[in-house]
Formats: sequence, C-alpha cells, structure tokens
Amino acid sequence: MPRLDALRGQLERLGAAASSQVWRLGYASRFLGYLVLHSGTALRRFRLTVAEIYFAGVLSLVIILVSGLFVGMVLGLQGYETLQRFGASESLGVLVALSLVRELGPVVAGLLFASRAGSAITAEIGLMKATEQLSAMEMMAVDPVARVVAPRFWGGVISMPLLAALFSAMGVFGGYLVGVQLIGVDPGAFWSQMQAAVDVRNDILNGVYKSVVFGIAVTWIAVFEGYDAVPTAEGVSRATTRTVVTSSLAILALDFVMTALMFTGTEK
Amino acid sequence: MNRSAIDLWVGVFVVIGFVALIFLALRVGNLASFSAGQTYQIQAKFSNIGGLKVRGPVKSAGVVVGRVVDIRFDNETYEAVVLMDIEQSYQFPRDTTAKILTSGILGEQYIGLEAGGDAKMLATGERLRLTQSAVVLENLISQFLFNKAAEEKPAAK
Repeated sequence: MPRLDALRGQLERLGAAASSQVWRLGYASRFLGYLVLHSGTALRRFRLTVAEIYFAGVLSLVIILVSGLFVGMVLGLQGYETLQRFGASESLGVLVALSLVRELGPVVAGLLFASRAGSAITAEIGLMKATEQLSAMEMMAVDPVARVVAPRFWGGVISMPLLAALFSAMGVFGGYLVGVQLIGVDPGAFWSQMQAAVDVRNDILNGVYKSVVFGIAVTWIAVFEGYDAVPTAEGVSRATTRTVVTSSLAILALDFVMTALMFTGTEK
Repeated sequence: MNRSAIDLWVGVFVVIGFVALIFLALRVGNLASFSAGQTYQIQAKFSNIGGLKVRGPVKSAGVVVGRVVDIRFDNETYEAVVLMDIEQSYQFPRDTTAKILTSGILGEQYIGLEAGGDAKMLATGERLRLTQSAVVLENLISQFLFNKAAEEKPAAK
C-alpha cells in the first residue's frame, strides 16, 4: 500500500526530527555544564572576559540607549493618549516605569542583545570552527571551550543585566521627555506617583532577575550554536540565523514563565 | 584598539550600567523611603481591611510614618491583625486611632493614624484599641438601599 508507506515515511521523518532536537538539547545542556566547570580560565584571566564585555556590552550601548529612548517616548505618547481618556494622565509615570522595568526593559534589551551580540558570538565561534582554529587550539593542548567559549559566555552574562538597566533608565527618561517636557504632565505627579507605585524588590529586582536569565539563555544559545555549527560558510550562516530565532523565542517563552511565577502571587 | 583602551570602555560601561540600576532603585522605585532607621512594631485589629497590602504605607496627617509589615487572620475573633513598623522618631499616644483609608477614589489603601491625648506613648508589641475598618463599597450601597427602602415604606402605607 503506497499511501500507508508515504504516511510511514512522514512519521519516521517527524520522529527523527524530534529525536534529533532532543539530542541537541541534551548536548547543549552537557555543553553548558562543561562550560561552567571549565570557566576557571575565563575568571582567572579576567582580561579575556573584559574584552568580551567590550564586544558584547560596550558595542551594543548605542543601539540599546537609542532604542530605550524611543520605546520610552512611544510609551509616553501612547500612555498619555489612553490615560487621559480616564482622566488619569498623572499616572503616566507609573505606566512608563512599570512597563519598562517589569517587561520591556529586559525583553526588548534581550531581543536586541540576541540580534546584536548573540549573532556575532555565533558567527565568530562558527568561523573559528570552520577555519579549524578550534582544532588547532586542541592540538596545542588549549581547551577551546575554556579559552574561547567561556569568556564570551561570561561577557554576555555580565553585560546583559547592565544593558537592560540602561534600557529601562533611558526609557523612563524618554517617557519623561515626552510626558513632562512635550505634553506637559505635572513633573511632581509624574515622579512621585512613579515612586509610590514602583517597588524595589517586586518590580526592579524582578526585572533584573529576568535580564540575568535572558542573558544566560541568549549567550548559552549563541555559544552553543557557534560551537555546534556545521563548519562551512552555509553552516555558519544557518547557525547565526538559528541563534537569533531560538534566542528570541526563548526570551519570550521564559518571559511568560517568569512573569507567571513573579507577578501572579504578589497581589496580596 | 589596545588593551588599556578596552579596559577603560568596559569600566565606563559597567559604571553607567550600575548608575542606571541605582537610578531605577532611587528615582523610579522607592528605596529611599524605606529608611533603615530604628522602628517599633505595633499591631491593630480590623474587622475588614479591604485592599490593604503588605508594605502599604502608614500615614499620620498625610506623612508616611511607617509601613505595614504583616497581615494575619485571627482565628478566634475572626478579625484581621495588621502588624506595622513605625519609625522610632515618630511617637504616638496609646489611645491613637487607626483607620483604613484610600488615597483618591481608586488609589491604594493605607492606614491612617490619628493621635489621641494619652500621656503614655506606644511601645513595641502594643495594640491599638480603636480601629475603623475599610469602607467596602458593596456594604455602603446595600446600606444606602436599605435606608431608602425604610424611608419609602411609611409613605407607601
């Protein structure tokens, strides 16, 4: 029966794809464990990590600051439009600050970080693999995970929370520019209502936790995709694409899980 | 770019990152109003606390003098027990009244303290005797309707 055979072929392909994904997930987890255990070099020779903080963090500053400013300005405009219908335009500061520190800061900064720094990390490690630099290191008894991958991982993990905080701060400033300077919301109400409503532990620290988790997820995916890339030009390009897609999805999914954990039980 | 220049930029990046965090904590959040000063704890029982939350403000004459630290339920009297930390620099007489009030129409709920005339001051662990519960809108409306009905009955006869 040819139709049954075709169906079987489909099922087999599906099963093979699923099991290869599970295999990759297991390999990636083992890789993370190995990476953390062998990051002694990255932390002892901290200069290696500092150089990676420069590439992942400092060079992402412009895009993060400019996007943060614009996101905050848009929040100011949109929030004012909606709030003034209810006569609550004084709460603009609360709306801007809470949406930034809880959600938009970590998430948008994470997405930008994934496309700006994550893709670069994958491409760099993938190209090193394609040009056999990683194998050359192994030949010289240098562990490429400890020497190349771990500094990039820690550089990304350290940079990401700082970038998210900068994004939120710039966003609040952008909201202030539009709300107070342009539209004319009372600055006293803007800041005092914001300070009354934003809680340091519940809102700001939870945002920081989110950005730390996103930083770990994005850099883990980036270094793994680079390390696991097929060592050809096409393989590196595919790995770079996969990094951006997978880490964006991971950020959004993790954001939902963390929001559900953090903000549902706090309304006491 | 040589190493020292990279170090400088990374240093600048880390510093402004932490400045942003401190800005968020102090200017956006309310870390500054959580004074680390000495406090004393008092408690009050309410038959209904409405929407009062832990870490809600305790105000007297509109000034924040403390914070709600815990809200419990008393199994014997079926009342809510609210524990609050009051800053040591603010002393209140023992017959102070506690009310649950709302800031604005839709604002958050807080505890308002009104000082009494007792010569002795409150100390740690003491309980406020005179309390007034939160106004629950449903009760208010049903009371209003009952009053209306009671007013109209004699007229109908």
